[in-house]
Amino acid sequence: MNTGRQTSQEGELERVIITVVGKDKVGIIAGVTGLLSENNVNILDISQTIMQDFLTMIMVTDISGMTVSLQRLQEILTEKGEKIGVRINAQHEDIFKYMHRI
Amino acid sequence: MPVGYSAAEIMETIKMIETENLDIRTITMGISLRDCADTDIKKTAQKVYDKVTKNAENLVKVGEDISKEYGIPIINKRIAVTPISLVGESCLTDSYVALAQALDQAAHQVGVNFIGGFSALVQKGFTKGDEILLDSISESLAITERVCSSVNIASTKAGINMDAVYRMGRIIKETAEKTKEQGAIGCAKLVVFCNVPEDNPFMAGAFHGIGEPEVVINVGVSGPGVVLHAIKNNPGLDFGSLATLIKQTAFKITRMGELAGREAAKRLHIPFGIVDLSLAPTPAVGDSVADILEAMGLEKVGGHGTTAALALLNDAVKKGGAMASSYVGGLSGAFIPVSEDAGMIRGVEEGSLCLDKLEAMTCVCSVGLDMIAVPGETTAETIAAIIADEAAIGMINRKTTAVRIIPVPGSKVGDKIEYGGLLGQAPVMPLHTYSAEKFIKRGGRIPAPIHALNN
Repeated sequence: MNTGRQTSQEGELERVIITVVGKDKVGIIAGVTGLLSENNVNILDISQTIMQDFLTMIMVTDISGMTVSLQRLQEILTEKGEKIGVRINAQHEDIFKYMHRI
Repeated sequence: MPVGYSAAEIMETIKMIETENLDIRTITMGISLRDCADTDIKKTAQKVYDKVTKNAENLVKVGEDISKEYGIPIINKRIAVTPISLVGESCLTDSYVALAQALDQAAHQVGVNFIGGFSALVQKGFTKGDEILLDSISESLAITERVCSSVNIASTKAGINMDAVYRMGRIIKETAEKTKEQGAIGCAKLVVFCNVPEDNPFMAGAFHGIGEPEVVINVGVSGPGVVLHAIKNNPGLDFGSLATLIKQTAFKITRMGELAGREAAKRLHIPFGIVDLSLAPTPAVGDSVADILEAMGLEKVGGHGTTAALALLNDAVKKGGAMASSYVGGLSGAFIPVSEDAGMIRGVEEGSLCLDKLEAMTCVCSVGLDMIAVPGETTAETIAAIIADEAAIGMINRKTTAVRIIPVPGSKVGDKIEYGGLLGQAPVMPLHTYSAEKFIKRGGRIPAPIHALNN
């Protein structure tokens, strides 16, 4: 299933930025990265900051080998986010590229 | 593997979308219907329906896919078509209502909320098709839900067709009467223009101009909330720095439109037209152009200084946006619709904003008197005079101006008309009570100004 998803050139990375925002607690990173691994999403970089129990985690991922569509991944992440009480966004890299790079 | 973006940049984008109402206001597909003409109106209607539904089949789905994948809301998916006065001209008929119905059905079929182009360009006079179209407007807007109509009655090159101006005054009254059960909503779908752009993606004035390609994607961005936050977060800037701040913000907003438009065009396999860099407010709290003007330091929108503040805003939006997109077009500037902007509504209700000030503001912003409810007793001649004033501003200043005015039957000053959704709620505004009837009834055309002779 690959509906609506941009197809990348053979061997090229297709990057999606995943952000997790919410109250910090045990198991958030494990929960999210576990899901990504299940769907063959490769994590290229992770950064996180915690301010007053408030977690902001940003992951740069490569979805060129992903086994589901980007929209399905977004649904899975949203469900997970609701379950563990954080907000998870997964957005194609281009939105940040267009806005912040010329 | 470098991330490429700082955490602050990523969070800035997300904040703009989640808390500052950044969105793509509309992806509008322009479709030429010039090949749909036929002497039989039933055949024309069928061709129109078939062509629109075939071309726009995937428009809504592609819009929704892009919206999800990039995480940016795309509020409206819409269609603009060739002015129906041209499409219907060959039909042996005296009404184009059937064509409006075909457009409405096509809009329902493909799931777009508005379809624009029940339009005519009559700045210099009427053809047979123009006459029939104008005669069909009020009924068409009353019996269809999604069809939008626009009529260009003036241009810098042609002058002002005052016969058309008077006629539009009467048509607006008729439309209000025929849709009075719903607050005269027909008038919210009808715009009278001077110097109308042919690639505007925003409703109700969108149509697919005659110089446009077969099919095209145009995008309208929005983002008053983002500009408002930027200004509030940087108080005390001098005007040069304030203009720079707005430019930087407009640049970022417009880049979103460029991305969405290019991606939609690619996925639909049709050319990308333009990004319309407009600050289009919504009734949502914080998504208001009036709030921006107040954040610049005005106590209330409509007070002295408002025109200067709007001029700065409008110009800075254009300068920032122009750098962000390869093709800019449409209306491009700040919109000041009253009913769709919570701050403007507040200004009217608190007495700071009057119609005369709005008229002055239209000299320096992108459109005109937009979504203004006036008392039901307002005459066709008075509405025509309001249209003539706006058209004069557009004609002399070589810019687009427009009038979308709603004389709500039975209403009086101070009433509030609820439309809901993006159309918002319109406070009924007072007008001057002196008559322009003799002036309007002179008939004929106001000649083009001297600076139209620029060849």
